[in-house]
Amino acid sequence: MRHTIVRNVAELPTYGYGPRSGPWWGAMGFMALEGMGFAIAIGAYLYLYAVNPSWPIGAAPPDLWPGTAETVIYLLSIIPNQMTNRAAHRQDLAKVRTGLIVMSLIGIGLLVLRGFEFAHLNTRWDNSAYGSIVWLILGLHTTHLATDVGDTVVLTVLMFTRHARPRRFSDVTDNVFYWNFVVLAWLPLYVLLDWVPRL
Amino acid sequence: MTVAAEERELRDDELNGLELSARLRSIWQTPSGLLGALTSVDHKVVGRRYIVTAFAFLLLGGLLAILMRIQLAGPEKTFLSADKYNQIFTMHGSTMMFLFAVPVMEAFAVYLVPLMVGTRNIAFPRLNAFSYWMFLFGGCFLWISFALNVGPDVGWFAYVPLSSLQYTPTKRPDVWAQMITFTEVAALAVAVEIVVTVFKLRAPGMTLDRIPLFVWAMLVTSFLVMFAMPSIMVASTSLILDRLVNTRFYDSSSGGHPLLWQHLFWFFGHPEVYIIFIPGTGMVSAILATFARRPVIGYPVVILSLIATGFLSFGLWVHHMFVTGLPQLGAGLFTASSMLIAVPSGLQIFCWLATLWDGRPVYRTPLLFVIGFIVIFVLGGLSGVMVASVPIDTQVHDTYFVVAHFHYVLIGGAVFPLIGAVYYWFPKITGRMLSERLGRWNFWLAFVGFNVAFFPMHILGLIGMPRRVYTYTADMDWAHLNLLSSGGAVIFALSFVLLLVNVIMSLRSGTLAGDNPWNASTLEWATSSPPPPQNFDRIPVVKHRDPLWLDNASLPVVAGLSVERREMLVTSLAEAEPQIREASPEPSIWPLLTAIATSVFFIGSIFTPWAVLWGTPPMAVTLIGWFWPSGSKEDEE
Repeated sequence: MRHTIVRNVAELPTYGYGPRSGPWWGAMGFMALEGMGFAIAIGAYLYLYAVNPSWPIGAAPPDLWPGTAETVIYLLSIIPNQMTNRAAHRQDLAKVRTGLIVMSLIGIGLLVLRGFEFAHLNTRWDNSAYGSIVWLILGLHTTHLATDVGDTVVLTVLMFTRHARPRRFSDVTDNVFYWNFVVLAWLPLYVLLDWVPRL
Repeated sequence: MTVAAEERELRDDELNGLELSARLRSIWQTPSGLLGALTSVDHKVVGRRYIVTAFAFLLLGGLLAILMRIQLAGPEKTFLSADKYNQIFTMHGSTMMFLFAVPVMEAFAVYLVPLMVGTRNIAFPRLNAFSYWMFLFGGCFLWISFALNVGPDVGWFAYVPLSSLQYTPTKRPDVWAQMITFTEVAALAVAVEIVVTVFKLRAPGMTLDRIPLFVWAMLVTSFLVMFAMPSIMVASTSLILDRLVNTRFYDSSSGGHPLLWQHLFWFFGHPEVYIIFIPGTGMVSAILATFARRPVIGYPVVILSLIATGFLSFGLWVHHMFVTGLPQLGAGLFTASSMLIAVPSGLQIFCWLATLWDGRPVYRTPLLFVIGFIVIFVLGGLSGVMVASVPIDTQVHDTYFVVAHFHYVLIGGAVFPLIGAVYYWFPKITGRMLSERLGRWNFWLAFVGFNVAFFPMHILGLIGMPRRVYTYTADMDWAHLNLLSSGGAVIFALSFVLLLVNVIMSLRSGTLAGDNPWNASTLEWATSSPPPPQNFDRIPVVKHRDPLWLDNASLPVVAGLSVERREMLVTSLAEAEPQIREASPEPSIWPLLTAIATSVFFIGSIFTPWAVLWGTPPMAVTLIGWFWPSGSKEDEE
């Protein structure tokens, strides 16, 4: 077919931030399906809760301190996370590097704390359906957390190499965006795992 | 990149014709040789593989169906043992649902959606390659297990407690459950790609109300996949955990509940039906417009119906569980919602009939299959409304009536449109037409064979023949109808043999198709057949819902994209206004390596929980290799 050029897009930028960019929507898509995974797991928990006369089954509720400490750290982590976001938008490489290091350390700290949380669940996965669903949900979120921390660490290293080109700042903002989801996903799980058994 | 460097870059408004094509081709083409084949990220290459692989599984699943029909052709036959029969119906259902129906629809989307929205590749092309490898490995895993006599035998929905360790102490259910994980990872990846392709990679001017109906259908389907499949992944994972590390999800002696499995399974399983059917409707709308020689009547009605169907499909799952002893209110609610979903489907049918009525239909093979679809699907829909009612469902549950119903819905609703789609898009994909004469034979054999095979099953079900029995005695009086059904199945199978013959013959010596053999209206027909690696030499600009009917001689295009590296145009979500010239990934071996590492992890983890420990590092390494910039121009922008 004959082409009639009706428009020139040569002046457009080669990367963008937020909903302008494709990867942001990709992250959004994965958040939607992972969020659905959490919703289903929560549904399974509540189903088992509803069909069992006593809850938790044959165990004390989880100790509160690990989950609560995590929740506090998650909420506070939003501050350095947003600072990293702003630095990335300003394309301030030095601040982005600092921000990513801080976020990596927070993530690793949370993973360590997660180990304590498993140890203080006061039930094993094979004790009862209660133990199974609690371990499943915490395991799901741990996978989620570990993946994001791994991603953040790799990105941090990358920003110290020659690959730290302008378009990578967009990747940093997507990483920030995803971390917010990790935090957001945790909050209902914290209430579910630590407080529902105390009802 | 500095401004000076940018100025030196050659753009597509500085070249024309063959020179432009050749230049883009050299940038976008898949490298030759084995390594090239393994590294390809071209959506057309991956899409073609996906389609061929899914059809190979259709062939395998179909062969199993024929084995079952031979066994059931008469009373007390000994062709298959009870045990083999269990394996075969499980493999048939699992193959058809997870390895054929869903993947083949996504495969067509992978191939067609980027062309139909006027872009050069799918969003996240490496994820797309990864998705294909996962699908292939998952399918092979299931079939190799079957060949080694560890194939699943617990039905395609693997109900507990039958599938629990206590009642099935072999690895058979684990193979089933992990095959699910493979195929769901593959399907979820494609779903995200399609959503982002439709949201962000549409040609400028393709506003939401100018998106082709097939693309709309695939968009809705992708959302269904994203919200339904996590449920089956939670289900299959928890089943494997119960069997491997003694969790108690389904163990009623420790607070678990078998019905939890049914809820999780059907919360996925019912939308699954629509994940298969909605793409079929998209194919119907595309074919119908072309052969009725007019746009589909009620474009907004069709789209709103698709979206309504999508939402409603999540509110029906419990109708699969009517005989499990539900509270009456629940039964009433799910009966109502099950009947409600007939409304948007009905609206679409009326839109299509009106289009045919008002158009000047040209009865070529694709349109014949669409008409076959309408007839068969309406019959399936009617028996669906019947089984939505609790008293009728209670009577016919687990009988051949239900088998007849869902084959009418699934084969009528998805396979007939799909075969129509093969005839319709084959010229675009291969550059050659399929034989029309064989096509007509194909259609009539399929239509007659299908109805002879499946209509008698309604009656068999009503007179009491249960599903999943490997034989029956002569005094049940089911023999004649079963023989008839088996005869129909053979005719139906012949129609697929004919399709295969047609494809092979046409690939060799079919009439050359040209760019737009059907004089269709959507953008995939604005490029050559088969399309070049870059799809379009310049990105089209869309000014009308049927761009090629507005003007089929000249194509308005944008210019200004690079001809030195892979570049695509990113546009805004609603108005499709150009926003970014974005780099598109080059071929890479990492998706394949990641898929291999993931497969080792998945297969290992049905044997030992430690696979999670030793299986993770290789996955992490391959993922880092995947995402680490290779230093190419695309990456260093």
